[in-house]
Amino acid sequence: MKTSTKKIHALYNDDDVLLHAIKEIREKNYTIDEVFTPFPVHGLEKALGVPHTRLAYAAFIYGFIGLIFSIWMMDYIMIVDWPLNIGGKPNFSYYQNMPAFVPIMFEMTVFFAAHLMVITFYFRSRLWPFKEAENPDPRTTDDMFLVEMSVGDNEEELKALLNKTGAVEIKLIEN
Amino acid sequence: MASHYEAPIRKPLIIGEKSYHDISVDIAAPVEGKANKLWWIVFSIALSAFLWGVGCIIYTIGTGIGVWGLNKTVGWAWDITNFVWWVGIGHAGTLISAVLLLFRQKWRMGINRSAEAMTIFSVMQAGLFPLIHMGRVWNANWVLPIPNQFGSLWVNFNSPLLWDVFAISTYLSVSLVFWWTGLLPDFAMLRDRAIKPFQKKIYGLLSFGWSGRVKDWNRFEEVSLVLAGLATPLVLSVHTIVSFDFATSVIPGWHTTIFPPYFVAGAIFSGFAMVNTLLIIMRKVSNLEDYITVQHIELMNIVIMITGSIVGVAYITELFIAWYSGVEYEQYAFLNRATGPYWWAYLLMMTCNVFSPQLMWSKRLRTSIVFSFIISIVVNVGMWFERFVIIVTSLHRDYLPSSWTMFSPTFVDIGIFIGTIGFFFVLFLLYARTFPVIAQAEVKTILKSSGENFKKLRDENKH
Repeated sequence: MKTSTKKIHALYNDDDVLLHAIKEIREKNYTIDEVFTPFPVHGLEKALGVPHTRLAYAAFIYGFIGLIFSIWMMDYIMIVDWPLNIGGKPNFSYYQNMPAFVPIMFEMTVFFAAHLMVITFYFRSRLWPFKEAENPDPRTTDDMFLVEMSVGDNEEELKALLNKTGAVEIKLIEN
Repeated sequence: MASHYEAPIRKPLIIGEKSYHDISVDIAAPVEGKANKLWWIVFSIALSAFLWGVGCIIYTIGTGIGVWGLNKTVGWAWDITNFVWWVGIGHAGTLISAVLLLFRQKWRMGINRSAEAMTIFSVMQAGLFPLIHMGRVWNANWVLPIPNQFGSLWVNFNSPLLWDVFAISTYLSVSLVFWWTGLLPDFAMLRDRAIKPFQKKIYGLLSFGWSGRVKDWNRFEEVSLVLAGLATPLVLSVHTIVSFDFATSVIPGWHTTIFPPYFVAGAIFSGFAMVNTLLIIMRKVSNLEDYITVQHIELMNIVIMITGSIVGVAYITELFIAWYSGVEYEQYAFLNRATGPYWWAYLLMMTCNVFSPQLMWSKRLRTSIVFSFIISIVVNVGMWFERFVIIVTSLHRDYLPSSWTMFSPTFVDIGIFIGTIGFFFVLFLLYARTFPVIAQAEVKTILKSSGENFKKLRDENKH
């Protein structure tokens, strides 16, 4: 039999049914291309074998960059470029003047970590203004859970499996 | 069902027979429906107040700060009072969405969206006051470390006023992205429900093309968690730095080490009161009583009671330390505060902030909607007077008795303050009609564990 290039969309109406279905489908050695859900379903990425995001590590690095940047900025401005005697505070040494710099060091760490992490997230997940949405069915932002798969060799067998796992609607999509 | 277990003793957070679809319908209803007459009336009042404030701001900038009631002894009064008051109110939103997220408090999900909106709108009001007080607003960029043609003449990183610039702008911008990231899936829900092409386009634009893939959700949850972890120390740092504006000075009554925790507690106190004020009305007007329940209001009242008690302890500690320090200037500052010509403001502050929240020990009172609403207003009045008392009473009798004086606001002082209240409500009313006011995607995740019908079903199956 010829391998089909068609896609199949199986819709589920419950998160628990979906989780069981995904486990069953994966046990039968089918590949799931994508799952669209209206809210984060706990344990779904584990069931699908999707690796956990590394954004938290990125945020740590961004925060560190912010900290270094704030130290460099204040050292250049207050100590190197134009030292001023303000209230007798030591203007010749970053280290001795540091207690007054701690608030800005903290704020810049948070500023860099938060904003760069969110920007990274938006780019990695392809989210920006005027971006067209890619969920195949509008109900997946309401109460439906959609599993997208390639049809492969045996259309009928796959349909039967999906029906057995509790799919409420199955659609074939021509490519 | 077993994975959604929640102790039966926990009260349901979503009332009624709800399905996932019902949640979408309920939360989209205020956006898809038409505004009623009451909304237009309140909106018109808020808009007029805002325009009056704009007029007063233009007058101030055109003529000079002299149009305010300031004099050479009291050089800071309503402007900084209003600034601190609005920043304080802006603390509840991030506290609810960040600290309560870290503590895994599910009740935050019904209220976090509106609390964050309130945060952003009130920090915007706060930011106006230092800008106007600069006098020459067009030179506002001088507070930023930007290379310039004076040599470069830089900003002073030793000054708490500059720390404030960094703290407030970091807080405002981080709160904004935190809020917007949470809004994406909910805008997507509105986009996919929209029938009119114009609405579909607008919500499509606002939702940044959110599609809800597994990996998107994985990143979304991680980003929320890390932002909460970053925002928690941030929210504490902001009011700490605001308190440094006073605490690092050498004015008796300001120069106290208790200021940072005392200000942060006061900020949370007033912020939760403002959340209660807004949500008690919104849940009624927008028919969201099933999502913002009496349980939510009761929990917020408990937070108000606790932070009010912390504030009370701080007031009394201040008095004790003034006496114990043996410094006569400090002692006089506090004696003057409580018994001087501004005794009435001090009494108002004590009554509103220390006495009134103690009534919340009564279960009947703290579960009463009307009572909660009244207390929330009382607390906001009290917290405004707290800042007024700290600022004006510490200044009006300075080191030289010949310059002792009183402060009285002009119509411009009052007009700008009323204008910011108007602006705040204009923003909030527009938000309530156009934004998903409840984080519906998050609420759906707790439907099975904390929804009333699911809890009932579980209890029945057990017996």
